[in-house]
Amino acid sequence: MLEKIKEFASEFFVTGDPLIYGADASIVLATLGIVFVLTYFKKWGWLWKDWLTTVDHKKIGIMYILAAIVMLFRGGVDAVMMRTQLAFPDLNFLEADHYNQIFTTHGVVMIFFMAMPLMFGLFNIVVPLQIGARDVAFPFLNSLSFWLFFAGAMLFNLSFVIGGSPDSGWLAYPPLSGAQFNPGVGQNFYIWGIQISGIGSLASGINFIVTILKMRAPGMTMMKMPMFTWSVFAASTTIIFAFPILTITMLLLFMDRFFGAHFFTLDGGGNPMMYINLIWMWGHPEVYIVVLPAFGVFSETVATFARKRLFGYVSMVFAMVIISIISFFTWAHHFFTMGSGANVNSFFAVSTMIIAIPTGVKIFNWLFTMYKGRISFPTPMMWTIAFIPAFVVGGMTGVMLSVAPADFQFHNSYFLIAHFHQVLIGGVVFGYFAGLYYWWPKMFGFKLNEYLGKWAFWFWNIGFYVCFMPQYLVGLDGMTRRISVFKDPDWQGLNVLSTMGAYLMGIAFLFQVAQIVYSIFRHEKDTTGDIWDARTLEFSIPSPAPEYNFAVIPQVHSRDEWWEEKERRARGEKPWDLGPIEPIHMPKNSAIGPIMGAFWFVAGFGLVFHWLWMAIPGLLGVFICMYARSFSAHKAEYYIPVDEIERTEAKLRGGAV
Amino acid sequence: MAQSPAHGTDHHHHAAGHHDPQDIKLLGFWIFLVTDVILFATLFATFIVLRGGTDGGPTGAELLEINGIIISTFLLLTSSFTSGVAVLAMHQHKIKQMIIWLVITGLLGAGFLYLEVNEFLHLIHEGATLQTSAFWSAFFTLVGTHGVHVTVGIGWMIAIIIQIVRRGLTDDTKGKVTVFSLYWHFLDAVWIFLLSIVYLMEVM
Amino acid sequence: MGKKRRSLVRAAFSAVMLVMTMLLLSGCADYMVLDPKGPIAAKQLDLMIITVILCAIIIVPVLVITFVIVWRYRASNKKADYKPEWAHSNLLETIWWGIPIVIIIVLAIITVRYTHELEPAKALASDKEEVTIQVVSLNWKWLFLYPEEGIATLNTITIPEDRPVRFELTADSPMNSFWIPELGGQIYAMSGMSMALHLQADEPGTYFGTAANFTGEHFENMTFDVHATSDADYEKWIAEAKASPNTITKESYEEMSKPTESEEPTLYSSFPEGIYESIVTKYMHEGAELHQHGSAAEGEAEGTASADSQANSEEHDSSSHKGH
Repeated sequence: MLEKIKEFASEFFVTGDPLIYGADASIVLATLGIVFVLTYFKKWGWLWKDWLTTVDHKKIGIMYILAAIVMLFRGGVDAVMMRTQLAFPDLNFLEADHYNQIFTTHGVVMIFFMAMPLMFGLFNIVVPLQIGARDVAFPFLNSLSFWLFFAGAMLFNLSFVIGGSPDSGWLAYPPLSGAQFNPGVGQNFYIWGIQISGIGSLASGINFIVTILKMRAPGMTMMKMPMFTWSVFAASTTIIFAFPILTITMLLLFMDRFFGAHFFTLDGGGNPMMYINLIWMWGHPEVYIVVLPAFGVFSETVATFARKRLFGYVSMVFAMVIISIISFFTWAHHFFTMGSGANVNSFFAVSTMIIAIPTGVKIFNWLFTMYKGRISFPTPMMWTIAFIPAFVVGGMTGVMLSVAPADFQFHNSYFLIAHFHQVLIGGVVFGYFAGLYYWWPKMFGFKLNEYLGKWAFWFWNIGFYVCFMPQYLVGLDGMTRRISVFKDPDWQGLNVLSTMGAYLMGIAFLFQVAQIVYSIFRHEKDTTGDIWDARTLEFSIPSPAPEYNFAVIPQVHSRDEWWEEKERRARGEKPWDLGPIEPIHMPKNSAIGPIMGAFWFVAGFGLVFHWLWMAIPGLLGVFICMYARSFSAHKAEYYIPVDEIERTEAKLRGGAV
Repeated sequence: MAQSPAHGTDHHHHAAGHHDPQDIKLLGFWIFLVTDVILFATLFATFIVLRGGTDGGPTGAELLEINGIIISTFLLLTSSFTSGVAVLAMHQHKIKQMIIWLVITGLLGAGFLYLEVNEFLHLIHEGATLQTSAFWSAFFTLVGTHGVHVTVGIGWMIAIIIQIVRRGLTDDTKGKVTVFSLYWHFLDAVWIFLLSIVYLMEVM
Repeated sequence: MGKKRRSLVRAAFSAVMLVMTMLLLSGCADYMVLDPKGPIAAKQLDLMIITVILCAIIIVPVLVITFVIVWRYRASNKKADYKPEWAHSNLLETIWWGIPIVIIIVLAIITVRYTHELEPAKALASDKEEVTIQVVSLNWKWLFLYPEEGIATLNTITIPEDRPVRFELTADSPMNSFWIPELGGQIYAMSGMSMALHLQADEPGTYFGTAANFTGEHFENMTFDVHATSDADYEKWIAEAKASPNTITKESYEEMSKPTESEEPTLYSSFPEGIYESIVTKYMHEGAELHQHGSAAEGEAEGTASADSQANSEEHDSSSHKGH
């Protein structure tokens, strides 16, 4: 019996690597630490009532962002370990299979569990405030989305210490990811981690489309929406068309692995190329899903800090819509070398190039927003300006890759790696950082320390170029991606440089952590709610926003409603009369979100290990939660009385209004 | 996408923010249906791609039987009709009639499921399973996904009936019936595609 | 941030850029892709240069304008104009929709032309006879078969210079990609189908070849040398291979196809006839006709997958014509 338990444990837990024992120990310590702190300060009730069960979009947004920062750390550690291994030829810092796991988890974590939640965090915090709404269209569904994301992310990360991580690349092409070549449980963690969080993303996409279509303040026509809201609308529309494809792709891979079906297998008439087509039919739009909101952030910051209207609003909207449509017709450029023939390759090469046009137009519009402006340079604006050269150069290498015959020389090489990191870091990460710094005071009521922020900024930027410019070159010198060891001494100089860049970015991240910690204790308070002298509605209310957001729903007259309002007040005109305060209808907290997330986690874990005794009760729990929600939803609302709103407003605005 | 320009002006400005919750739910459900369309479209695409992948094993033409499918189709189409009648009864505030029609809808759906399970058992008996070949993997997954949708629909309908019995017809429960009947019609539409692409084209 | 510190950061930044420019310039001639040794790689390089030049027409001005605007309209420059309401200009927007459209049209035309010209399945024009090499990706090594000579090699190839080489590729492993950067771009090697890639070396030398698409644990060991030699040396090398004591039999192939961590370059004097075809059709059920391979899996698919299968079946058709 004891032998059996031992044998089980040695397969169940990942063993044999000191790095993983270290991770085990730190996970246990961190968990114990959190439990101790919560118990000691009697904070369990607070955590449950105020946060875990909340349906308030602002709190859900903060939870998304916290999770994303933790995942940025995890994905970043993966990156630094990879770069350490690749610093010198024939280095033996990581074993081959460990290296393969790390590049797989790096990609998955960064896209699914860092970029996506950071994006949804910003959606959640900003969109309702920007359109003058009290919450999103479906607050409970919003909470559920977060918990599905969280369950998926935890399930995926668990693979690091239990069962073993997936190791067939971030998109897990079969047959390598099929049962024939990959019998372990790692790939199952991949499938269920992505599947569960993907359903959450899909629900969020639906939620934000409805929010934007139905919840705008009166007077805000579509063409008066702030540009960030437009970008959320474009991204959410892309989500609802792209994510169902991912759901099915993961389902089919699961069918292959679990039931022995033959969708993507080599034998039985299966077709692995179909997986590659399907995953990129989701995967390419996904890139635009994460980058469009970044474009939205830049459109906000550039106008605010140039103190000027956004240039070419109509062009900007038009460009974004074109990008999200064409993004569905470019997927095959990820495998020009699969032998699809010259006609197919030509089509996808040209469709890819076309995307460069609206993207270029956006860059020009941002530049001419700054033209004849009064530009100031706080951290959000620094990230915005740094984005332009990074993205322009990344865009150029993207056009180079789109030229199909030339791509035969770039594909799968470090040139490609450098390209997509340049657009994903230079575009998405810079954009989300800009957004995070810009809206941080709105979330927490204080500004992040600018001095530490600037250090972080310079380390990030220098590290970024030092890391990825050499990768273009080493790619042109024939170095391919996903090799755990390189032998060619010619590649050494460039690789050392690249590793140094990765470390600089690691230091930059530490500066950001220090910045957040320092700012919590010593900070400049955002007393006006409008610390940047900004233009859109979210800055017309106090920071942090009260739970009902707007005591009275505003009436919108122009695109830069809050800026115009300030101009009017400066001219001595009276503020618009919005009418009296009325009782506000609010959704109640719900425990079903976190509970259902937990059931998904249990079901996912059972399916990973093929333990039906665990998976079936888990799925049953999911359905019971749905039933429970269906029966209780009509009771899940309450009113905030007028006198309470008046008290809150008086306190937040310091009696100024 | 664009909303009528009158929307902002025909409300009193202070009344804004009181958006009609049923209206919002209905739009949300329509968008959910869009995602479900994509989901089925992807499954149909895989089925079409893998149609030739029988790997020397049994083909659809050899094993699929149209007669049973015609009965299934009849049951499902009728249930779509009865769910429509239930909505009509709801609009006339005839709760009892509405519930009866919903129950009939559910029974017809259950009959459809019974026939589907029988068909699957028959196919398995004939040696066509998920593992047999790519064609059969795609067949069972596509048809099975529709079947799971029908099953979930029946479970959901039971929940709605219980709620109506308990709380009567409110805006909330009315909204649920409306949305459910949308869903049920949608499953019918998917079935028409299944019938033509999977069964008719395979057997003919 | 103090003035001093700012200038420090700037100095560091320019130092980094300087180092990188130097790296680029000093090593330029040595980068494999930028130093082609065959007609395909040369044309692919031409295409890269054309793309960079076309892109530069937009990018260089954008970078300059960015710098100028940010510098001139900084808030501390009180002399600069400030027009907070100016947010639209038909003329300007027409310009920056127009110029990229024109450039992309030009690039698209060039790309489509080159895509057809450089289609990897297309034979190279040459008055010399083509050499055929069959390539099999195994875990984790490359097997090369010379059907015309009856010899085989592992992890090394020798080709005659200045003669077109036709590579036929498949895999008895997860999908791989076969790449010799100095000779030209890569192509996937996939189980159940045979792909074609035509390359040529213009001068003698040893070129780096590598696997480019991840196939599992010891993928990093799938590199090989490509020796391009004179015709005379090529004949000599064939003779040497034919004298090798190593042979491949059906049984030894079974052994060889099992995963191994890394293998030394080896020559084999013989291999069983038809072994390449049997690897390609390994997963086909019995009774399927050989020429269907590659397209059999897709059946009569529609949409994009059909494009794939058609392209592949075209390749196979042409290959079977040549082969027989």
